Amino acid sequence: MVMKHIKKLYAFLIFFFLYAPIMVLIIFSFNESKSRGSWDGLTLKWYIELFKDRQIMSAMYYTLSVAILSSLIATAIGTAAAIGIDNMKRFKKSMIMNLTYLPVLNPDIVTGIALMLLFIFMRIRLGFLTLLLAHITFNIPYVIISVLPKLKQLNKHIYEAALDLGASPSYALRKVIIPEIMPGIITGFLLAFTLSLDDFVISFFTTGSGVSNLSITIYSMARRGINPKINALSTIMFITVLLLLIIINNRMSKNNTIKE
Amino acid sequence: MKENRVVAPYLIWMTIFIVLPIILVIFFGVTIRTESGLQLSLDNFKRFFEPIYLMVLWRSIRLALISTVICLILGYPMAMILASNGLKMKNTLVLLFIIPMWMNFLLRTYAWMTLLERGGIINTILNFLKLPSLNILYTEQAVILGMVYNFLPFMVLPIYSVLIKIDKSLLEAAEDLGADSITVFRKVTFPLSISGVISGITMVFMPAVTTFVISRLLGGGQFTLIGNLIEQQFLFVGDWSFGSAISIVMMILILVSMGFMSKYEKENEGAGLW
Amino acid sequence: MTKVFKTTLALLLVASIILAMTGCSEGKPTLKVYNWGDYIDESVLVEFEEEYGIRVIYDTYATNEDMYIKIKAGGSDYDVAFPSDYMIERMIKEDLLHEIDFNNIPNFKYISEEFKNLDYDSSNNYSVPYMWGTVGIIYNTTMVDDTVDSWDILWNEKYANQILMLDSQRDSIGITLKKLGYSLNTRDVNELEAVKDELIKQKPLVLAYVGDDVKDKMISEEAAMAVVWSGDAVYMKWQNPNLEYAIPKEGSNLWFDAMVIPKTSKNKENAELFINFMTSTDIAFKNTDYIGYSTPHVEARKLLDDELINDKTAYPSSEDLANCEVFKDLSDFLTEYDRVWTEVKAR
Repeated sequence: MVMKHIKKLYAFLIFFFLYAPIMVLIIFSFNESKSRGSWDGLTLKWYIELFKDRQIMSAMYYTLSVAILSSLIATAIGTAAAIGIDNMKRFKKSMIMNLTYLPVLNPDIVTGIALMLLFIFMRIRLGFLTLLLAHITFNIPYVIISVLPKLKQLNKHIYEAALDLGASPSYALRKVIIPEIMPGIITGFLLAFTLSLDDFVISFFTTGSGVSNLSITIYSMARRGINPKINALSTIMFITVLLLLIIINNRMSKNNTIKE
Repeated sequence: MKENRVVAPYLIWMTIFIVLPIILVIFFGVTIRTESGLQLSLDNFKRFFEPIYLMVLWRSIRLALISTVICLILGYPMAMILASNGLKMKNTLVLLFIIPMWMNFLLRTYAWMTLLERGGIINTILNFLKLPSLNILYTEQAVILGMVYNFLPFMVLPIYSVLIKIDKSLLEAAEDLGADSITVFRKVTFPLSISGVISGITMVFMPAVTTFVISRLLGGGQFTLIGNLIEQQFLFVGDWSFGSAISIVMMILILVSMGFMSKYEKENEGAGLW
Repeated sequence: MTKVFKTTLALLLVASIILAMTGCSEGKPTLKVYNWGDYIDESVLVEFEEEYGIRVIYDTYATNEDMYIKIKAGGSDYDVAFPSDYMIERMIKEDLLHEIDFNNIPNFKYISEEFKNLDYDSSNNYSVPYMWGTVGIIYNTTMVDDTVDSWDILWNEKYANQILMLDSQRDSIGITLKKLGYSLNTRDVNELEAVKDELIKQKPLVLAYVGDDVKDKMISEEAAMAVVWSGDAVYMKWQNPNLEYAIPKEGSNLWFDAMVIPKTSKNKENAELFINFMTSTDIAFKNTDYIGYSTPHVEARKLLDDELINDKTAYPSSEDLANCEVFKDLSDFLTEYDRVWTEVKAR
């Protein structure tokens, strides 16, 4: 019983740690002053200005589409790769894994500039496509690293059992392996999506004119100070995600009660 | 399983977008620009071994290591709580764990500054409670805090995803055999989750070594890390050769040192890293 | 989890398809503008589009060097950019800029004569000044009781842990050179050694090396003094009346951001049209009013509030500027500056 309360308290403290800065940035989206240094009263003007800002709106669109597409593609390629890598012989496996770590280990600026030069060399016009390719590239390792532990945990015999029972390899993969490693795939997807939303350096160097994401827009304000419009946008994003989560959650619990 | 077919798309991808750029970086690293054009040289590598740069490297590794350990200590219990059986809304809670990271990194870091500064929110609360002020902004602790904050989900999620599928009957069996909960954890739960832990450590430690914005903002620019050094070379000095050399040396050092860690993995087939 | 995941996935896919279909329509001629973030009154862009029927594609960058790499590497096709002085000099040297046909920029006549033909573009063939300013010390009059007229105050132990320096090697080394009476474009290794010793001596007194967050810090009185750009100083003074700005008597850095046409441009005439438009009186006024930096535009300046026109922070007298210098491109010698800066900061 005591343990339960300690657990609750611990979870609460960790969540508090995670959300404290979020609360701060939400509060400052209502600050009349442009500076975080002073509080000049409540206002909604940043929200109004936000919707007039073409640049932020277009950045929002590119951020979301690149994050969604790149994390989905990276999850697909990465999961398949993890399954393959898990079955490899030790030496080959080590080689490939070490290469996989490189984008994680390489500072963003090195990856960004190297990819930019590569795209220019390959004569791919810098823009949405190159941005997407770059994001998939730095996302894949995270998916692989997330999925591999699940594959190790997997009981190798169930796959063989499925084959013995007459399942085709692809059917066994779909119906036996994938469901078992699903938590790892979801973790990989979530981490990839998060990284993609937040990336600045690599995006900056691999995108072309007319295509920029929110991070680029925000970082480029660094000399002049970040406009509170961005806080307003973050607040809206945050509330939207939260609402979606509540709706889905309610739906799910309803479905479950009907089934029972 | 037909490993080749499933892994093929990744191998192609890797060759084009990981191997080719790395070759490019190595090329920059071993050449210097002279008046007669590019010339092969190892000067860049030699320069890196000057004491000042080694000090920066050591500091980066030390801070990343500390942050990784803190993430593990804070994150493992959290992952256990999230994975525990009776928990309602498990999925929602997991998502709630990562959503803060969907807000822009720079905004979150600035928010931390508002919380931590001398007249900041935390100190206002402390003073109100008649407690002494806390001055950690622009110290090493602030840099570590920033790293832990930003990388914690990368530790918790992989551990969580392994923990939820641990066979509960194993735990029950251990308990039936008279093991107390600490022993169960030490002998059963933790060993079974070690692959998740390794993934978590990898995803926290590696990016933490090369981060540079956190140290610049929360450390007040006083704790130059290897990431700052490399950024400086590429952007402000325009010395891509030295910048590339630094990152090559760093990558080799870290891959080798992490290779030792993988020795602790009990399984006979490691997750790479030599 | 799987179900949540599938539902979210479905939602996301639908969303991304919808997003992808609402892509922008082509057809109209376009102009690609590359500027610092938050460095224009964006309504001006709409006005330009309406007046000339040219669609503006507007992107932003954070530093001169970021912009330089993108244009130098050749993967971009920007028509107009806004680099600073030393960067313009470097881009001219490396043949990255088009010469501007000033017959197409009749509004150039409004630019104050003192800002034409400056060293970075000595016969003024490549650039039209956009904003300018100085570097100086902002200080809180309730916390500092000495007179602030020299860089020496940044080395005064009385203010230990109350001093904010700029986290920028060129600026911080530059003001230290000035403090010691040298040129801030020095290429003398001995002078740089002296600077290094000075900065190392100063380091224990410095609270932090900061970027744009200096504004919030000074406004909320987290520090007593800081090195800042004049344009930001105007804003800070306005937010907190206890703040005052001074250009030290040893001299300082005088800087310019100017409009240029990179060689990547495919429609130079439209770029010139845009530059001329930006230099018209009402547009220059709008931008100055929004940004709050100092304008080189004679007529636009007259439209500003009297208070601002007479503010020495934004528009210092020529005596104040007597010892000021504009940054020059140091090219390979930057390595030496970087060494000094790393030695100071990495310690």
